[in-house]
This record gives sequence, C-alpha cells and structure tokens, in this order.
Amino acid sequence: MSLFLIVALPFLGALLPGLMIQAGRRICGMATLAVTLTALVGLLSHLPAVARGEVVQARLPWLPDLGLNANFFLDGLGMMFACLILGIGALIIIYARYYLERSDNMGEFFTYLLLFQGAMVGIVLCDNILMLLIFWELTSLASFLLIGYWKHLPEGRQGARMALAVTGMGGLAMIGGMLLLGQIVGSYDLTAILENREAIQASPMYLPALILILLGCFTKSAQFPFHFWLPHAMAAPTPVSAYLHSATMVKAGIFLMARMWPVLSGTEAWFAIVTTAGLITMVLGALIAIFKNDLKALLAFSTVSHLGLITMLLGTGTPYGAMAAVFHIINHATFKAALFMSAGIIDHEAHTRHIPALGGLRKLMPITFVFATIASLSMAGIPFFNGFLSKEMMLEEAAHTTLFDTPWLAPVLATIGALLSAAYSFRYISHVFLGPVRDDYPHKPHDPGFGMWGPPAFLTVLVVVIGVAPFLAEPAVRLVTSAVLGNAGELPGGHLAIWHGVTPALKMSGIAVLGGLLILLAWHPLSRAWEATPRPEAKTIFDGVIRGSAGAAGWLTQRLHDGSLTRYALIFMVAVVALGAHAWFTGTATAPNRELIPLEPLPAAGWLLLVTAAVFLVFIHRNRLLALVMMGVIGLMVSIAFNYLSAPDLALTQISVEVVTIILMLLALNFLPNTTPVESGWPRRIRDGIVALAGGIAAAGLTYTILVQNPVMEPISGYHLENAYKGGGGHNVVNVILVDIRGFDTFGEIIVLGIAALIIYALTEALLRGPVRARLIKRRPDQPRSGDAHPLMMVVVTRVMLPVMLMVGLYIFLRGHNEPGGGFIAGLVVAIAVVVQYMASGFAWADERIRYPYHGIIGSGVFVAGLTGIGAWFAGAPFLTSAFGYFRIPPMEEFELATAMAFDLGVFLAVVGAVMLSLHSFSRIARLADMPVNEHAMDIDPSREMPQSHPSEGRTEGGT
Amino acid sequence: MTHWIVAPIVLPAMMAAIIVLIAREHLALQRVLSMAATVALALIAAGLAWHAADGTIAVYLLGDWQAPFGIVLVADRLSTTFVLLTAVLAVIVLLYAIGSGWDGRGRHFHALFQFQLMGIAGAFLTGDAFNLFVFFEVLLIASYGLMLHSGGTERYRAGVQYVVYNLLGSTLFLFALGTIYAETGTLNMAHLAQRVAEIGSEATGGLRVAAVLLLLVFAVKAAILPLHFWLPGAYAHAPAPVAALFAVMTKIGAYGIIRVYTLVFPPDLAVTQGLFDTWLLPGALLTLALGMIGVLGSRGLDRLVAFAVIGSMGMLMASISVFTEKGISAALYYAIHSTLATAALFLLVDVVRDRRKGPSARLTAAPPIEGGALIAGMFFAAAIAMTGLPPLSGFLGKLLILDAAAQTPALAWVWAVILGSSLVAVVGFARAGSTVFWKSHEVAADQARVTDPEEEQGAHEAADPPARPPVLPLVAIGALLALLVAVTVLAGPITRYLGATTAQLFAPQPYISAVLEKAGKEIADPHGAGHAEGEAAEAPVEDHTGGVAQDNEGGSH
Repeated sequence: MSLFLIVALPFLGALLPGLMIQAGRRICGMATLAVTLTALVGLLSHLPAVARGEVVQARLPWLPDLGLNANFFLDGLGMMFACLILGIGALIIIYARYYLERSDNMGEFFTYLLLFQGAMVGIVLCDNILMLLIFWELTSLASFLLIGYWKHLPEGRQGARMALAVTGMGGLAMIGGMLLLGQIVGSYDLTAILENREAIQASPMYLPALILILLGCFTKSAQFPFHFWLPHAMAAPTPVSAYLHSATMVKAGIFLMARMWPVLSGTEAWFAIVTTAGLITMVLGALIAIFKNDLKALLAFSTVSHLGLITMLLGTGTPYGAMAAVFHIINHATFKAALFMSAGIIDHEAHTRHIPALGGLRKLMPITFVFATIASLSMAGIPFFNGFLSKEMMLEEAAHTTLFDTPWLAPVLATIGALLSAAYSFRYISHVFLGPVRDDYPHKPHDPGFGMWGPPAFLTVLVVVIGVAPFLAEPAVRLVTSAVLGNAGELPGGHLAIWHGVTPALKMSGIAVLGGLLILLAWHPLSRAWEATPRPEAKTIFDGVIRGSAGAAGWLTQRLHDGSLTRYALIFMVAVVALGAHAWFTGTATAPNRELIPLEPLPAAGWLLLVTAAVFLVFIHRNRLLALVMMGVIGLMVSIAFNYLSAPDLALTQISVEVVTIILMLLALNFLPNTTPVESGWPRRIRDGIVALAGGIAAAGLTYTILVQNPVMEPISGYHLENAYKGGGGHNVVNVILVDIRGFDTFGEIIVLGIAALIIYALTEALLRGPVRARLIKRRPDQPRSGDAHPLMMVVVTRVMLPVMLMVGLYIFLRGHNEPGGGFIAGLVVAIAVVVQYMASGFAWADERIRYPYHGIIGSGVFVAGLTGIGAWFAGAPFLTSAFGYFRIPPMEEFELATAMAFDLGVFLAVVGAVMLSLHSFSRIARLADMPVNEHAMDIDPSREMPQSHPSEGRTEGGT
Repeated sequence: MTHWIVAPIVLPAMMAAIIVLIAREHLALQRVLSMAATVALALIAAGLAWHAADGTIAVYLLGDWQAPFGIVLVADRLSTTFVLLTAVLAVIVLLYAIGSGWDGRGRHFHALFQFQLMGIAGAFLTGDAFNLFVFFEVLLIASYGLMLHSGGTERYRAGVQYVVYNLLGSTLFLFALGTIYAETGTLNMAHLAQRVAEIGSEATGGLRVAAVLLLLVFAVKAAILPLHFWLPGAYAHAPAPVAALFAVMTKIGAYGIIRVYTLVFPPDLAVTQGLFDTWLLPGALLTLALGMIGVLGSRGLDRLVAFAVIGSMGMLMASISVFTEKGISAALYYAIHSTLATAALFLLVDVVRDRRKGPSARLTAAPPIEGGALIAGMFFAAAIAMTGLPPLSGFLGKLLILDAAAQTPALAWVWAVILGSSLVAVVGFARAGSTVFWKSHEVAADQARVTDPEEEQGAHEAADPPARPPVLPLVAIGALLALLVAVTVLAGPITRYLGATTAQLFAPQPYISAVLEKAGKEIADPHGAGHAEGEAAEAPVEDHTGGVAQDNEGGSH
C-alpha cells in the first residue's frame, strides 16, 4: 500500500465515525477499527522490504518553492513507531468501544482519535521536516480536543489548554529550529539532512537549531522542566491517556530525537542538555509518582520518568545507548499501555481511581490483577519481563557515562531512578490489588467483559514473551537501531539476553529492587513527610502565568484602546509629523528659486481676515453657532482667494458648497447643544495644543517649501491647457478636466456624494427606530422659539426667487463647458433654490410639494453619468470617451453638443439629489422633535383669516 | 478594445444606482439584483485574472485620453488577483448577509454594498494616484454607511471614531498627493515611476516627505502601529457581514504599499534611501505583537477577532518590509489566507452572538447554542487558520514568511516575534473557544442538575424548538473554510503564481511602458469634419483659458 494511503487512511477514516454513529455504537467502533487495521495491514505489507534494509519512499511536491513537499519514507525506525501507533491504536479502539459510556459521543471521540492517529503516523513516516512540523502540531491539536473531550469538566478544559500551550510552544520553537536546519543544509528533506552531519555540526546555527528542536521534543515528551502538563492531560478519558499520553504522542519527542540522532547527537551540547534533562526527569518523575494517590496520576508521572530514561539514553550519544533506547521504547509502550488500560478498568468498575479507596481487588478482579501485576513487575524491572532487559541496558549505559566530569553522577542517579520506579510499581500492585477486600468501594468492582480486558491482556503476553525470549525481539531492535544510527555509528555487538553475568548493571538493579521494596514498606511515613514538604505546584504556577499574562494583555489592550479619539488623533499626528520631519531632514533641499508675487494690500487684508477667523475659531469653538459663523468666514475667504488666484470655477464651487454645508449644519445644530462641554483639564489641553501646533506648523512648512520652489519637473497640466478644446471640445479647461479628461474621478466623486446622502438617510431611519425617537418626542427646545418662524415676506420673496434661481442654475449648467460653471455648481445652485423654500415655508409644506423621490434623483444621476460613459462602448471607445460636434438650427447661432453634457447632467442630478436627501433627513428628525410644524407656508397669512378658505388636511403625521 | 477592465467598477456602480432607483423599497428584488451583480463581478474578475495570468498587462484609457494626462486602469497580475479575491469574498459575504437577514436591518444595504465593491475594485485597478484617492473616498464612505448599518448606540460610538480617524487619513492622503504633484508634476503612477527615478539626490526632501506621507496613508488603512486605533472598535461593532467584507479593506493598504513601493518608490533609489527600512519592520513587528496580545486580552469574541486582524496585518507587513521577491510573494499568499480566515471568524462570531441568548459575544459561559458542535468545529478550524497552526493555510503562510525573513539581518527578531505571538494567539483563542463552546456544557450540566427533578415533564414541551436558525449563514462560513482548504491544498500552484506576480512587480518596466505607450485618442481639430477647415481653433483657446484654468490641482475640487 502506498505510504500516502497509509498516512491518509486515518484522516479519511476520521469522517466515518461521525457518520457511522448513526448506525449504532457497535458499527461505529467497528468502522474505526477497520480503518486502523487496514492501515496496519498496509504498513505491514512493507515489512519484508524494510526488513531487508530497504527504504520505501513516496514523494509528492506540494509547495516546492518553499521546499515543503509531501515526501514520506519508511525505514526501520518509522516501521517500529508506525506499528506501535497503529497496533496499540487498534487495541485502544476496541477498549474504548467498551469504555465509553452511552452518554459520551462516540463518533466525536473516534473522529479525534483517528485524526490523531493520522497525524502521528505522518510524523513517523515523514521525509520532510516542514511536513513533519505540520503533523507535529496536528498531534497537539488532536490531543487538545481529546483531553477536553469531557467538555463539562473544568479539569479537562484546563488540562487541554495547558497541553496545547506547552506543546504548542515547543512546536513553535521547533518551527524555528527546523527552518534553521533547512537553511544550513539547503533542503528540508530529512534524508538530505541526515547526510549532512558535519555541515550541521560545524554551522554556527547548530546550537540555536539544536536548542529550538529540543524545546519541541522536550515539551512533547514531557521532559523536565516541561513535564508538568502530562499529568493534567490525564483528565482525558483513559483510552486517550493510554494511547496519546503514554504509548504514542509523548514518544513523538523521543522519536524525533532518535530520528535526528545521526546529525544532532555526539556534541557536547547535545550530551549535556539531553542527558541531564533525561536524568532529572527520570528521578523527579519517579519520585512524584510514588506519592500520587490518583491511579492515573501515578502512571502519568511514571510515564514522565520512563520518557526521561529514554531521553537520557539517547543523550549519551553512543550506539549502545541508542539501542537501549529503542528497546525500551518498545517495552515501555507494551507495559505502560496495559497498565493504563488496567487503571481505566478499575476506574470503570470501581468508579474511583483514588488509591486509598482501593485495595483488595485481587479477589474481585482476578484477571485484571494478573495482567496488571505482570505489567507492573515489568515496569519495576523484574527479570523475565521485558522491562528488566531494557532497564539493565540503561544501567549498563549509565555506568559508562560521565556527566559533568563526575563519573559517579550518572550511575547513581540512574540507580535512584530505577529504585523509585520499582517502588511505585510495587505500590501499584500492593495498594490496589493486595490487602483485604473492602466493602466501601463506590461501586462493587468485578472483571469487565473481554472487550475491555482483551487488549491489555494481549499486551501483557508481549511483555512476557519478550521478557522470556528476548532473541525474538532482537532482529527488530537491531533493525530499528541501525535505522536510528544511520551512518553515524556502528551497530553494537552482543545480544539481548537475560543473563550477562554479574555486571555492575545487575548490582545496581538489585539495589533498585530492594530499595523499592523498602520504600513500599515505609510508604505511609514517607508519604506524610512528602505531604509536609512544601514544593512548587506546577499547575498553580502555570495558571498564574497564563492568568497574569492574560490580565496584563487585557490591561495593556484596554489602556491603549480606551476609546479616546483625542488620544488616537494625537498619536496619529505625532507619528505623521515625526516621520515626515525625519524624511525631510534626512533629505536634501534646494534654496527657494521661485519668484514670488508682491503682496498687495487687499489680498493682505483678506489673508489677515482668514487667519484671524481661524485663530478666533480655536478660542470660541465651544460656542457652536459662532464657530459655524467663523467657518463661514473662512470658507468665504477661501472662495475669494480662489477667485483672486484666477480659479473662478473653484471659487464658484467653493462658495456654493459653503452655502449648502453651512445651511445643513445649521439645521443639524438645531438638535445639538449650543455649546461643546469641556472634557479635559489644562495640562491635557496644553499637550493637545502643542501637538496641534506642531501639526499645523508641519503642514504650513510643507506648503511653504512647495510654494517657494519651481517644480522640479514640468507639470502635465500644460497638456490639459493645450488639448481641452481640441480633444474635449470645451474652452473651460477645468470643466473639460472634470467631465472629460478626468471624468472618471468625477464619476467617483458624485458617487461619494450620493452615498453620503444615502447614509444620512439610512442613519436617520435607524435613529428614528431606536431610543432616539423617544428622546426626540420628549425634547423641549432650550430656547424660546420665534413666534413667526415662516414670515410672510420671506415666503413671498423666496417664491418669486425660485424660478430665477432655477434659471440661473440652468444657465450655469449650460455654459459650463466653455465658461465657469458646470453640472456640479448648477446642482448646488438648484439645491440652494429648493433649500430656501424649505427654510422659508417649512419642512412639511415643502416636503408635500416635492414630487420626485430624492433617492431616485441620486440614483438617476449616477445612472445617467454611468450610461453616458457606457455609451462610448457602442462607438468602440473606452468608458467615458466623449464626442462632440457643432450644429446649427437655422434661426439660432451655431452651438455645440457634447456627450460630456449628458455626463454633466448626471453630476447635476446626483448633487441635487444628495443635498435634498440630506435636507429631507434632517426634516424628518425635526418633525419628530417638538418643532413647530406648519401646515401652511406662512405662520401669519391674511388670506387664511377669510371664512371661505377651505380647511387644510391637518397636520402631517408625526407632528405634535 | 476590451472593456472588461472597467467592468468591475462600472457594474457595481450601475447596479447600485439601479437598486436605489427602482428597488429601494423591495428587499427581495434588491437581493436578487445585488447577488446577480456580485456573481457577475466574480466571473468578470476571474476572466481578468485569467487574462493577466500569462503576464499581460492590460491598460484601459478612460475617456481615451493618453496617459499620463487621463486616467488609466491597469489589470496586471497583482490587481486582478486582489479584485478576484474581493469578488469571491463578496459573493460569500452577501450570501451571509441575505441568509442572516442583516441586509434588512437598515436601509440601503445592497446599494452601499455595491458601491463598496466598486470602490475596492477601483482602488485595485487604477493606475493613477489621484484616482486611487477618489476610490479610497468611495470605499471609505460606503464603508461608513455599512459600518453604521442598522444602528445602535455602541455602533454609533465606534462608527464616529472610524469616520473621524479615516477622515484624518484622507486629509493626509491629499497632502501626500499635493506634495507629489508639486514635486513631480504628475500623478500617473507609471509616469511617477519614471520621473521619481530621474530625480537625483539633490532636492529630495519634498519627495521624501511625500513618500512617507503616502506610506502612512496606506499604513492607516493597513492598521499598522501606531495608526491602527480605528480598527478594533470599528471591526468589533460593525455588522458581521460588513466586518467580514472589511477583511479585504485592510489588504488595500497592503496592496497600496506593495504597488507604490515597488513601482514608484523602490528602496534602491537615491530618493528613498533610509526611508522605510528603519521603521517599517519594527512597526510591523510591534503590530503583530500588539495584535496577538490583544487576542489574549480581549473580553469579547468580536474584539478578539478584530485584534487578530491587527496581528495578521502585522505579519503581512513584516513580510512586505523584508522587501524581497520572496517576502512580497509570501505576503500575498498570507493576504489571501488572512482575508478568508478573518472573514470566516467574523461571520462565526456573529452566528455565536446571534444564537447565544444573553451574553452576546462576551467571553463568559452561557448555555450551549443550537448546532454548537458544528459551529465549534468551524470555529476551531478558523482559529487554527488564523493562529497559523497546521494544517491550514495560516501555517503555510507563516512558513513562507519565516523563510523569506531568513535572509534579513533582523532574522532573530522577526522569528522570535512571529513565533512568540503565534503562541500568545494560540493561548488566546484556546481560552476563548473553551469558554464559549466547552464551558457551556458545564453550564448545561449545572442547569440540568438544578432543574432536573421538577422539569422532567417540561423538557418535552420545551423540545419544540421556536424556529430553526437559518442554514444559509453556515453555508457561507463553510464556503470560506472550503476556500481556506483549497488555498492550502493548492498552495504550490498559488505560490508559483504569486511568485510570478511578484516578479512582475520587481521588473516594473513593462508596466511603465504598457501604460505610457498606449495610444489615446487622436486629437484633431475640433471643427474638423463638419466644419469649415479654415477656422482656427487655437485662437479662442488662448483667449478663453488664459484666465480660467490656472489651478494646477489636476481636477480636484
């Protein structure tokens, strides 16, 4: 079977359980098992080739530019791990099928389990370290989901997050390490990396890469000081603990150290870090395990300890150490998975895993007792069980290891580790199974069905078989070891055997077993002493760190983003001015070279007025009405300045925009307080003032430098001046630019205007549906209202003016192409004409007389402008290409027709619609508020006093 | 002559006008029209991208005026890629808006949506700096409307800040353009590229200021520290489909930086020496760090995602500021990925907010929501993508960026911040997801314990659900996740394409010649055909324009 398929099968299979659960738990379990078994069979089909020493490969480019490819290879090491993963996986699936309660969602469980399985198989078969990273992090994610499987338990959720944070951190560090490794070698393919031992170890990047990769391995394999997450992962259902957290996932770090052994090991750094971490973990884990009262916690720490043992063996960097490590991986996987399953059985049957509440199960659960005892003895390192063999090899290796120039350090620590290990193994047997039968179990225990005890029993058989006849396992161990060594070491001679004679290792072993028994005898006093010793609780620290950093992050985020717009703007201003100044002062500047025009008195007066108004505005800006007046002054002066500087179009536009905006703002002011409240104290205002001044000075300075210099390059405006008439058919260059040369900009700008009006409308609608509506209805004006809001004179005059103003608008529109004017200005003028009617005769009266919906006017404006542009397509020209011609209808002068006029009409409509819709929206608010709503145009109307005048329809809806 | 290039701008604009004209009171009609236009837009965008895929740089002269005097649209690999991304996202987001009923909660949603698309497409396609400003205005003002859609006090408060801050940005944009025009006398980007390259090392001050101001404008849009303050509030409070569409808005800033700083202000010019390399990378890294810290520190799911957006923009900018082909290519991949991922997250947050009865998006435990397992799964997937964990595209993007940064001197910094902030984000997302989706089971268990004895019978009555929540929103989110998977699986071809895109950017000469050498309309004597030959046209031009057109504003008003 292709390696791709072997890796993909569990992932594809992960879709099955969720579906199959519909057909029942049995089918679901069987489907899951089938997936795993198929993959296992596929894997074993390669066994002959691998046994011959061949390397099976499968390659598929994925992201070749990066060097990330779906390359897989299968050698002895991969084979062993894949067999462990899939084989124990199959057993776990059978076990879990019976372990899970009816209330547990089995489909979900098996989905996660298969995802994990796929990721794990991926790790061990991967030939590309980037691909490996992907599988690596996937196992963390799957483990997160599995630990948190019982979502309602806080321990599960916290344990899941802790595991994710710790292993995730390691994974991220490993990304860095792997990338460094790839940079050194120039390839991310594992097979290529494995051949570059010298290059890697000689590189200055070796040490950082090593540390980062080891961070990944140590966190994953729960090595000191990252061992603390593993016991908390035991909140997961027991099959998960047995599978992920003892047999497979935690071995991923070990696997990677073994995989990278040929290139990373053998250096001082490797030896010092790995061996030390391994030894400390081994002793510390075992020590904690002895005093744990939770069955799974005891096993968890024993797992930590044994992983430390394997790490230590890999750290020594000798081929013999590697072989011992390989052998212990197999042995540990068998006995520890069996033990976890036995713990799960006890928990399942007795409804507790608290050791003091147990004891005497030997008689009640004889089957469980038998295999749990065998597995424990193997863990303790008793002869004729497989744990003994690899422990002997470990002690042998330790006896030859000199750590930190102290020859006794490693052997003593190793012996202590073995001793403690024996102690907790004995305790497991003694405190759980031996002793009198009790009558206070939470639930009367008995042996479970075959489905639950079969899998651990099978593993126990392996324990015994390997233990009695190690030569059966020898070919496999040698094959795997040679795969680990690669070409970095010679396969050690000698055979796996029970009896090597009276070696130092055997003596150490003897000490360990005897010591273990002694500890068991003295357990109760020792336990009390242990409880009395203060020691750091990893979970408290971890939680504290996480809570602390989350709190600090929250504080920082909250402080920075407290919603103060002033501060945001301040930071904006400072950043802009600072970077702009930096750019300016690091550049070069030329001396002013443009001839300045002389200052004449009239413009000087205007300038003075402008500046005075601006300064005054700063001081009186809290009085909103006055501020508006000042803005009017400023706007007017700007218009005049435009005119003075020969830009009549701009001046016209500016002044009509001024009129419209000031009127609209006046209307808005109706609903706002008259003054702006003081919100900040003097120090802050001074600070803000300084920043504002800096911004102003920077803007002025920039403008000044531009004004006193001739352009460095000739501006393109010359072309526009020259070709406006020839190419656009208009004498007014500004208008030709607006509607033709850059008509596309104008198209965008009228849309901006139209959108603005639509938004104002939509906002008003939303406002009037919300709480504002009530506030408006309840609102009382804070100032006395005029008794004659719509004076007769004004009404009459504006009505007379209406046709005149419309005529002016039309005139301005028509002349636009050749003289100052155009659709934009005309639109504003016509809008003003209507606005004046609103002001004079009142909203209600005027609104009733508007026949065209403003939305429609805006829409049609954009539509007409767009359609004009599209029209050019039919002439085979690009969007907005204009055409113009000169016509003569006999009695009249010759006149010009240009498509640009249609476009200008669109502009006109959009402007009118936008202004009117805004006005209409304000009027809607006004009508809700307690504003006098007039049914008649004039408040005082002599004609109304006459009896024959027919009554009006009454007040419009929403009126008071 | 192909008009397809302008279609992504004209089509939504006309459709918006039509919607306002005829369908403003008919929601169903609006939906049909809007969806039809958006799907058509996606198809057109795909066609444009197809056309540009072989390296063709298509130029469209608006009004047939020769560049640099008129406005040009340019469809090259970069611009069409982003237009396509926008259009695809828009289809999905619109589906969500319709499915969730968001579009009916206020007025003019569809019109504004179409105008928004017009603005975004225009910003990507235009080859003229001032026209870019216009499209920025279009997309910004449409976004104001969309952001405030359906109202609400919180939203108004956030909206005002969004509007004011972006007005500051627009003002800055005008300053930048004014300065650029004053210094170079042109605003066509290809022409600018030519002219800026010609400016020697004397008199660089003004242009340097302009370059920096322009960069800052884009940095505001891309939410780079310290100009990001508008984002958290706005994105957290915007209606979900709008926030999801906004996922592409921050990318416009990134696009602008990539476009302008490969074409006009490349770092090897005398003018740009020491301008960006000193502070762009630190700014990007700070943005990344702060964004992810915000993820950890947020108290609401909506705000959390908003900070994730900031973080992802930091990541993107870090890759851009490496300023190598590899870096920008990685940034483009990451941009596509993060657009889809953030959109999915915003929509998911909305589903959660919608279905949780009490606490809205706050990170507190609440009873389980309907369809919780599916939504939790989707959230898990989207969070994986966002935090850059395998196997989704976020991880690939991160690898690409790390790989691209390997050549920089600041390698250690970049890697440390990227990897460290990933961890912070993972922890943040894990905390949030576990509170919202897992802890709810504890709440449910507690409630069951409390109410069990008496409510035994009531449970049957309560089993009759009020109304099934709509499926369409989940379909939309599923589509986004499917796209993320596609971006992951097809990473090889996509990165190759983006590599070609970047290569095109780093060799700008074809772009410049394509724009400047395209012939516009022939300017003949206006009275040519239908008029007497003898009448001189030149004379009145001189007379009339003398006093009229002295302003050099290039069409601004």
